[in-house]
Amino acid sequence: MKTVHATELMEKVLLKNIESPNSTHIEEYRRVGGYRAIEKALRMPPQQIIAEVKSSGLRGRGGAGFPTGMKWDFASRDPKFPKFLICNADEGEPGTFKDRPILERNPHLLIEGMVISAHALRSERGYIYLRGEYPYAKVVLEKAIEEAYEAGFLGERILGGDFGFHLSVHQGAGAYICGEETALIESIEGKRGQPRIKPPFPVNVGAWGMPTVVNNVETLANIPFIVEIGGEEYSRIGNPDCPGPKLFSVSCCVERPGVYELPMGTPLKEIIYDHAGGIKGGGRLKAVIPGGISTPVLTPEKIDCPMDFVSLPKYGSMLGSGAVMVFDERVCMVKVCWRAMRFFEHESCGKCTPCREGTGWLRNILERMETGNGWKGDLELLRDIASSMAGKTFCPLGDGAAGVVLAFIKDFSEEFEYHIENKRCMVTG
Amino acid sequence: MKIQEEIKGYLERYPDRRGALLPALYIAQRKAGWLSQEALEAVSEALDLPKATVRGVATFYAMYRQRPMGRHLIQLCTNVACMIFGAERLVDLLKERYGLEPGGTTDDGRFSLVIMECIGACDRAPAMLVDTDFHPGLTEEKIESILEGYE
Ligand SMILES: Cc1cc2nc3c(=O)[nH]c(=O)nc-3n(C[C@H](O)[C@H](O)[C@H](O)COP(=O)(O)O)c2cc1C
Ligand code: FES
Repeated sequence: MKTVHATELMEKVLLKNIESPNSTHIEEYRRVGGYRAIEKALRMPPQQIIAEVKSSGLRGRGGAGFPTGMKWDFASRDPKFPKFLICNADEGEPGTFKDRPILERNPHLLIEGMVISAHALRSERGYIYLRGEYPYAKVVLEKAIEEAYEAGFLGERILGGDFGFHLSVHQGAGAYICGEETALIESIEGKRGQPRIKPPFPVNVGAWGMPTVVNNVETLANIPFIVEIGGEEYSRIGNPDCPGPKLFSVSCCVERPGVYELPMGTPLKEIIYDHAGGIKGGGRLKAVIPGGISTPVLTPEKIDCPMDFVSLPKYGSMLGSGAVMVFDERVCMVKVCWRAMRFFEHESCGKCTPCREGTGWLRNILERMETGNGWKGDLELLRDIASSMAGKTFCPLGDGAAGVVLAFIKDFSEEFEYHIENKRCMVTG
Repeated sequence: MKIQEEIKGYLERYPDRRGALLPALYIAQRKAGWLSQEALEAVSEALDLPKATVRGVATFYAMYRQRPMGRHLIQLCTNVACMIFGAERLVDLLKERYGLEPGGTTDDGRFSLVIMECIGACDRAPAMLVDTDFHPGLTEEKIESILEGYE
């Protein structure tokens, strides 16, 4: 078997054919090979699909990078029925817009991935938890679901067999925390979106107390391809430790912001300079947030880092959602840090004290620094508060908030000190 | 009552009545643009859930509005990418041009403004939603001419 090299992956898997004006229509999707994997998958026993996904090495694209095959295995071994399959389309992490092209331009890929996954899990009920801020995606998805029902890919007796699966869109209502899988489940159940304590994990006790698999849009969109080419072959794409194609959403100070489908493990430098066209207006790189606002910021000397779940922690950050935010010298780090904290404060669900109070305090201190009213000792205060939040919050939201501040004040301390001492910004004056 | 029937249409999607609460709140909010006491009661009746439960859930989510809104709802993103590309200037402009404050409504009831966290358009920042229409790549000139289209 041959190794698939980075350059050979020019053929898009996740963003295939999305430039076509009819990409959302079922006929167009089928014309380019869509809904073929489903026929193959429905002839495979569920356990065999799980085995393929396991051997593919696919890791969840929602942020945590959990091995998908393993998650499915846990849910599948649980004797309780019914089982639920939920697609996490909450995409709320600032900087992230990678699921959007799938949702808006390639909805049938997601549906096909979900039907195959449901068959593997023997689930008969699925939901796409879609963020309220994507009203257009809702229209596209609901139309595509309707088409899939008509064509017999959804509903009872799919393709004439004895497997049936029902799918609908469940629209979120503007709460970032609902992207966290247990909060998301609460929200689907019609409750306030506050996270649950884990364990038990959703694979055993999820929606309505039943085994539930929550997977990100991009994760599920990989499934038809894995079924088509086989797990072994898939595992050769990109980094062997976490293989496959990966969507990167690149934004802020680059020439060509956008979503790029590249092999997992593509170096950050290549993403910024080759794909996104380098720094906007030829400016100088100052900092990069590699995986969405909740991931620690990186300094320019670290951009040789391969973008995958195993490499980024070695460089002090995380892959997160693969949202690359690029800052040049004209961007004030105090201001970015302040804005990030305003986000966390706003989105903290209020359930646990360290997060609810801590994010507010941090925002407050950052705000006075940013507006030229910082106090001597504020930097230590920030470090102190963030350190006492880290590891003590109910869910990773508060942890992320703390990590963000700690990374900014570690690598850009002069800028923060300058703000305090000179009562103005080092960059904008 | 029509919205109650529409709400009941969602029941088959969920294993229990409460599951339909989020879609029900959207339906109840659609006509007036916010959740009045009557709207909440209609939901509570249609799903046979206590009013306190319905209100408790409605108040958790930012997109369920607790007050009357203007005829058009501007949801403007000011998160990092949009901030870098001038979203704050747009907030100022809305204040100067329309007397519109974040969280507020114009005196003539034409617009309400809500400041958003990232709306997934950072590659075309700054961006906003007006009602359900998405408008990326805003500039000071552009936002004015776009808003002229909403009476
Ligand atoms: C605060 C918070 C927000 C999250 N937001 C999202 C999100 O918007 N989309 C997503 O897919 N996962 C999100 N996650 C991760 C989910 O909890 C979960 O791990 C993921 O949906 C699992 O899917 P995967 O295994 O396919 O990655 C979030 C996690 C946390 C802690
Ligand atoms: S920061 Fe405004 S759309 Fe992402």
